[in-house]
Amino acid sequence: MSVFRNVANIAKQLVIGDKYYYMWLGFLGFFIFLGLVAYVQQLYEGLIVTAMRDQVSWGLYISNFTFLVGVAAAAVVLVVPAYLYNFKAIKEIAILGEMLAVTAVTLCILFIMVDLGQPTRVWHILPFIGAMNFPSSLLAWDVVVLNGYLIINLTIFLYILYRLAMGKEYSMQVIGPLIILSIPWAVGIHTVTAFLYNGLAARPFWNASILAPRFLASAFCSGPAIMLILFQIIRKVSRIDVKDEAIFKIAELIAYAMCINIFLLGAELFKEFYSGTTHMAHVQYLYFGLHGSTSLVPWMWWATILNVAALLLFLNPRTRENFLTLNAGCIFILIGVYIEKGMGLIVPGFVPGALGEIYDYSPTNTEILVTIGIWAFGALFYTLLLKFAIPIYTGELRFRNKEAPPVRERFEERLTAEEELPPKEVYVD
Amino acid sequence: MSRKIRHNAMGIKLDRRNFLKGTALGLTASALPTKQADAGFLDAFFQEHFREMSKEEIEEVLTRLEKEYTEKYKKNVSVQATPHMPGVVFGYGLDLSRCIGCRRCVYACVGENNQSRDPQIHWISVLRFKKGEKWSDLEQSDKYYNPAVVPEPGYFYMPVQCQQCKNPPCVRACPTQATWKDPDGIVVVDYNWCIGCRYCMAACPYGARRFNWGAPKVPNEEFNPNTHYLGNRPRYKGVVEKCTFCVQRSRAGKYPACVEICPVGARKFGNLLDPNSEIRYSIENKRVFRLKEELNTHPKFYYFFAT
Amino acid sequence: MLKICKRIVTLIVLLTVLILSFHDVGITSEQSTDTVYPEAAKPRELDIPKYFVPPPPFTEGIFPCSECHAEMDVDTERRELGMHEEQQALKHAGPQQWCLDCHNPSDRDKLRLISGQLISFEESYLLCGQCHGTIFRDWKAGVHGKRTGEWNGKKLYRLCVHCHNPHQPAFKPLKPKQPPMRPADIR
Repeated sequence: MSVFRNVANIAKQLVIGDKYYYMWLGFLGFFIFLGLVAYVQQLYEGLIVTAMRDQVSWGLYISNFTFLVGVAAAAVVLVVPAYLYNFKAIKEIAILGEMLAVTAVTLCILFIMVDLGQPTRVWHILPFIGAMNFPSSLLAWDVVVLNGYLIINLTIFLYILYRLAMGKEYSMQVIGPLIILSIPWAVGIHTVTAFLYNGLAARPFWNASILAPRFLASAFCSGPAIMLILFQIIRKVSRIDVKDEAIFKIAELIAYAMCINIFLLGAELFKEFYSGTTHMAHVQYLYFGLHGSTSLVPWMWWATILNVAALLLFLNPRTRENFLTLNAGCIFILIGVYIEKGMGLIVPGFVPGALGEIYDYSPTNTEILVTIGIWAFGALFYTLLLKFAIPIYTGELRFRNKEAPPVRERFEERLTAEEELPPKEVYVD
Repeated sequence: MSRKIRHNAMGIKLDRRNFLKGTALGLTASALPTKQADAGFLDAFFQEHFREMSKEEIEEVLTRLEKEYTEKYKKNVSVQATPHMPGVVFGYGLDLSRCIGCRRCVYACVGENNQSRDPQIHWISVLRFKKGEKWSDLEQSDKYYNPAVVPEPGYFYMPVQCQQCKNPPCVRACPTQATWKDPDGIVVVDYNWCIGCRYCMAACPYGARRFNWGAPKVPNEEFNPNTHYLGNRPRYKGVVEKCTFCVQRSRAGKYPACVEICPVGARKFGNLLDPNSEIRYSIENKRVFRLKEELNTHPKFYYFFAT
Repeated sequence: MLKICKRIVTLIVLLTVLILSFHDVGITSEQSTDTVYPEAAKPRELDIPKYFVPPPPFTEGIFPCSECHAEMDVDTERRELGMHEEQQALKHAGPQQWCLDCHNPSDRDKLRLISGQLISFEESYLLCGQCHGTIFRDWKAGVHGKRTGEWNGKKLYRLCVHCHNPHQPAFKPLKPKQPPMRPADIR
């Protein structure tokens, strides 16, 4: 009985909110609807409604996938100091990072799904019931590591929430090994995704061993940048307090990652331009255009400018610890990395093509709508996760339990807000 | 984690899939009206990997497909699954000193292999190069040349199609083993198993793989009814296809369509294991090269210069 | 110390197994093409006397030649010929060649080799092969010229004259088939 009641409580928690909450849901719902309509059209007519063709056979969807794998991987940035070094300020908010990882991996899977020509046959890729080409295909590896990462993070996050909802402290003995496992696994998902491209000798632009390190470095910029923005929103709209100390610590991490990211990019550019082999054509297309095709050029220069600007903002402690410049820096990084690691990575892999053809790919409205729809779904998913996770975390929401311990004191410890807020009693008794 | 699919003689069966099939069939059967079309759809959905099926199961599938295609194209369509011949590894030769870039091969291939007319799919790309320019800058080549007559002075031509690599990167890349290399060296695709992820297209260094971006269309009167399951049978929307050295012809002892159409006789085909074959003569007596040899894909497509 | 050594050895073994497992995985074995072709050194036996060829592409009504020429005197002089348009544009080895270098003066329905041996028009490749030795060799092997039929069985050869007009042997330019659609135009 109590199980049902608890589920009902969570459901109620998801449905009830203020008018801004409903407006936000409506806003996301609108774009999800548009995305769905666009996707149904794509399902019906085939991928011909996209701008992808044989010459550029991956586009916006796979670009987003690549970016999001980075976001998912970056969750460890929070997990490591939080649980292993017991850095208190971050430990309080690590669960938000895990939720982001879960959301990002879900979006990755969605972006792969919408890119498939035969989505109903996706079970062919599964082990045992399908015919997974493991260990030969890096895409098979990606299926394994991404789903594994999803399960690991989901377990950690659900376990912590369950224990808290039951009014108990979570046991490090149970999730400790999982947390330790999640760290190399996070590096793993991004390395495998980099290898997915890196392993293709047919595409010289990707066939550079610097790709995996670059992926990790840029992930440790973009992932935490999203989190910094989310933390500021969450501490505004909920009772979770994220200490400035934690935010600045993460910003510092971003500064280091950004240094490495730009250095690695520079190393790659040096190699291409100084040696000047025919493989340079791809980078040339990206930054200067090739034979009159210049569609990516302005984007790439903007990405470069934004990345360098963000690096400068994050390097200087004064701009790093000023919320205006900090947020500007986060947005610069997000846009910069999104371009560089999205379209700026996928498209030049195909241009010039294996037979030298240049096709200026630019996504169609269908692709853009589906992409926005998936992002909106991600935002909705994360919102809903927060909606029931935060009250559990702060102690406002508790499962009905026979030996329900007094939870208020523990919540008080957590809550740093000065004024006394009585926790809502959402369960009836 | 996974198993390597062996040739169907091994008869590996996994109970779990049959279980899944049974349950799902049961569920859907109760929900769906049991029309003939639905049954066909479900059969196709639960069809196993080609190399896992027994002889009888393959027969069943071929019969089902023949019926389906015969209805669709109003022609008596045969779908074969002729296996490789023992002692045969196919090789292909292309004499660049002869090719005049007339594109007869491109369209003979389209007709023989039932390639979609709209959206257009061509398995063969003919590249035009300026004489005296370097080849490594492939982006200097032109696929869309359209003069009044060929050959044009100052240019030479190089047709490219699937090179049937001995070490095919596309096969390694495929996450579902939907594409593989048969013992006669032909890299084939099971159009009923491909999920359309296009990783193989990214992996192919020769731009040889084509994707069905939309539903393929072939006019009934132009449809070639002599088909092979792994070759020129109709494809589905959202799957990858490629040159198979006309598997429906070559495994029946015939030359591929591109060889037979070539007006200058630039295209050579035969058994690499037969020392008296045309292809062996070319390799042994001419100066052959293979495209992008540095990638170690070991193509079985040899370019050469007869003069 | 021993323990550490053991561990290192185990690790190396595991890594090697892992690396090996990547090698050629997922690719079915193929009958080997790696073998050094043992026959390569031996001279090839390709002297099949007759080739399976379609009949020569005569201009309509021109053969048999003897219908007209049987009654005519043989004139070896290089001159304008009223009947034969093809000689107007004789572009074969420039001024060195003239009709009777190939056509037999006494029996016009035959061609004549340098040796004096007469051959039919169906065997004209023997005549062409007198000058174009390397091409003749490649043709016999099936590498010069077009073959149709079976790659491991009966093949249809073409005579040289099916592709090369003997009086103007350069290959005639063709109108190319239409170029493929550009990716942006495929909708």
